[in-house]
Amino acid sequence: MAQIFHRSANTLSRVTIFGAVFIAGFVLWVIGGIVRSPYFTNQGIQREQIVPFSHQHHVAGLGIDCRYCHQSVEVSSFAGIPPTSTCMNCHAQIWTNASMLEPVRASFKSGKPLVWSRVHRLPDFVHFKHDIHINKGIGCASCHGRVDRMNLMYQASPLTMSWCINCHRAPEKQIRPRSEVFNMGYVAKNQEADGPRLVKEYGVKSLTSCSTCHY
Amino acid sequence: MATKDTTPVHELRPTTQELRIPERFIPTPTIEPGHNFATITDHISTIVLRRKTPFGWFFGLLISLGLVGLLTFTISFLIGKGVGIFGINHPVGWGMDIINFVWWIGIGHAGTLISAILLLLRQQWRTSINRFAEAMTLFAVASAGLYPALHTGRPWYDWWMFPYPNTMGLWPQFRSPLMWDVFAVSTYATVSALFWYVGLIPDLATLRDRATKLWVKRIYGAFALGWRGSAKHWYRYEYAYLLLAGLSTPLVLSVHTIVSFDFAVAQLPGWHATFFPPYFVAGAVFAGFAMVLTLAIPARKFFKLEDFITTKHLENMGKVMLATGLIVAYAYAMEWFYGLYSGNVFEIYMLKNRALGPYKHMYAALWICNGLAPQLMWFKKCRTSPFWLFITAMFVNVGMWLERFVIIPASLHRDFLVSSWGMYHGTKWDWSMFIGSIGLFFALLFLFVRFLPMISIFEMRTLVPEAHVHAHAEGEEH
Repeated sequence: MAQIFHRSANTLSRVTIFGAVFIAGFVLWVIGGIVRSPYFTNQGIQREQIVPFSHQHHVAGLGIDCRYCHQSVEVSSFAGIPPTSTCMNCHAQIWTNASMLEPVRASFKSGKPLVWSRVHRLPDFVHFKHDIHINKGIGCASCHGRVDRMNLMYQASPLTMSWCINCHRAPEKQIRPRSEVFNMGYVAKNQEADGPRLVKEYGVKSLTSCSTCHY
Repeated sequence: MATKDTTPVHELRPTTQELRIPERFIPTPTIEPGHNFATITDHISTIVLRRKTPFGWFFGLLISLGLVGLLTFTISFLIGKGVGIFGINHPVGWGMDIINFVWWIGIGHAGTLISAILLLLRQQWRTSINRFAEAMTLFAVASAGLYPALHTGRPWYDWWMFPYPNTMGLWPQFRSPLMWDVFAVSTYATVSALFWYVGLIPDLATLRDRATKLWVKRIYGAFALGWRGSAKHWYRYEYAYLLLAGLSTPLVLSVHTIVSFDFAVAQLPGWHATFFPPYFVAGAVFAGFAMVLTLAIPARKFFKLEDFITTKHLENMGKVMLATGLIVAYAYAMEWFYGLYSGNVFEIYMLKNRALGPYKHMYAALWICNGLAPQLMWFKKCRTSPFWLFITAMFVNVGMWLERFVIIPASLHRDFLVSSWGMYHGTKWDWSMFIGSIGLFFALLFLFVRFLPMISIFEMRTLVPEAHVHAHAEGEEH
């Protein structure tokens, strides 16, 4: 009987059959990588802003407290984006002619707020509250990173659910004394001992039920 | 190899009528006499390779594809609108989606039972129906799989049902029977497909060798994976087939056991009962054999396969249907015993509601279809008559659907709180989805009978006397 396939078909079929397993594995691995990459999470991506506001300059350089601008962080779910008048408290006196600050002055004159482009964006099906985290001893830097070293603001953490829930499962690894919450450079001296103690002291619970964060 | 176009073999074979032996003394064979290796191969492979595609096939496929169109339309509408198009609402959250899922997955059970358990028990009569039943299993599982995938409402997130390292830091709820269902059904689909395909390989090689056009040879050849029929090939094949049979045997029991856990683990009167697993498994085999009969009776007539699917096959299937039907009826009776013996007011109300509530007609029809109709199988006349078998099988097909209806909405619609009682009716979309899935099942089946040998050629060859010559020669010193 005449051959209907070339001899290479043997090799080809073996490669296809065994290759399929590896190809499928590789594709899944790539997809897994993509969904964890900044392309998906926006982690580490600096956003262009209407005014190139530098946290590094204002926080590290001038020593302004977080709460000077983000006033409601301790009492509200929303930390608060400062009104233009907060900027003008200083900038009515200094850098009054800087062209970089022209939009700020324009906003102040017209009363139309500055439109910042949002950096930390959670999906609509998640409710996050700043106040409870701040009051239970989770530092700003735990989530937002070293804001005092950021020229332009970027998202330091991936903000994936697994990132949230890792801390919710083990809050003792991230908790710090309330007095250190706004300290950008806080380094725990003995987290293994302090963590569980603070968790107990502040009455922190490991809340991982769906409705803790989802509606 | 002989490749001539012959007249259908069953017209050539010698008839037994001339012998004038009273018919009751002639044992019903698993293959009609007068066949040899060549006639079997010819007869089965000509359906695929030589014979002109009959008009009826095109007609049937066209209707089925039309229904697949309806299914596609329904699914598109479902994805666009959400599950609100179905009749489900409080208090009945599981409606025809789950009824149809359980119905289809139950039908699938005959395939594995015939191919695996009957193989291990060395039941010769499985040989001519196993391929067909396995194909039916696969297509039934395909139809069944649609429902759990689509009833979630957001089928594009269905991969969340599988455990994989995800960015949510979550695993599925391993303690939920719904989760076990995902594994049970996907394992079942995989093993059934593998079993079916491995069993097809020698036949695909036969088709490759008998095809005349090169491209046809190439297609069958590619799927035959280089099968040459050497002793080594056969040795490995037999081993693989036996291993797969061993693997699928527990699946026959496990899949529907786990499907029954979907209900039995919930604490709802009418669901929460320990007899559910065996009851469901028996029901599945019952439904499966009914469906095999529903399909095999017209198919053997249409493709003139009476020589291979003999009265013996039909009769045996009738017997299995009777046995499993009795188990199912026993379970229906036990439901009453459990309910009454519990003394629980909700359990007792559930029974009353079943028999006299708004779905009482369904419940009565269920008893007629699944309790009464199979009793016909006590009579040899009915067991050996394709007509009566077909009628009984149709009753069972309907009855098994009713059974799931009685279990699901009829238990859900009146639970513990009177204030939350309600009614369930399938909407037109529920029905179009169901009819569409039947269309999908038949469309796949039509394609299968046209392009693949619907009876295992090489296994049929083992049934003819030629296959036993060697053994006889050794024993009888020829």
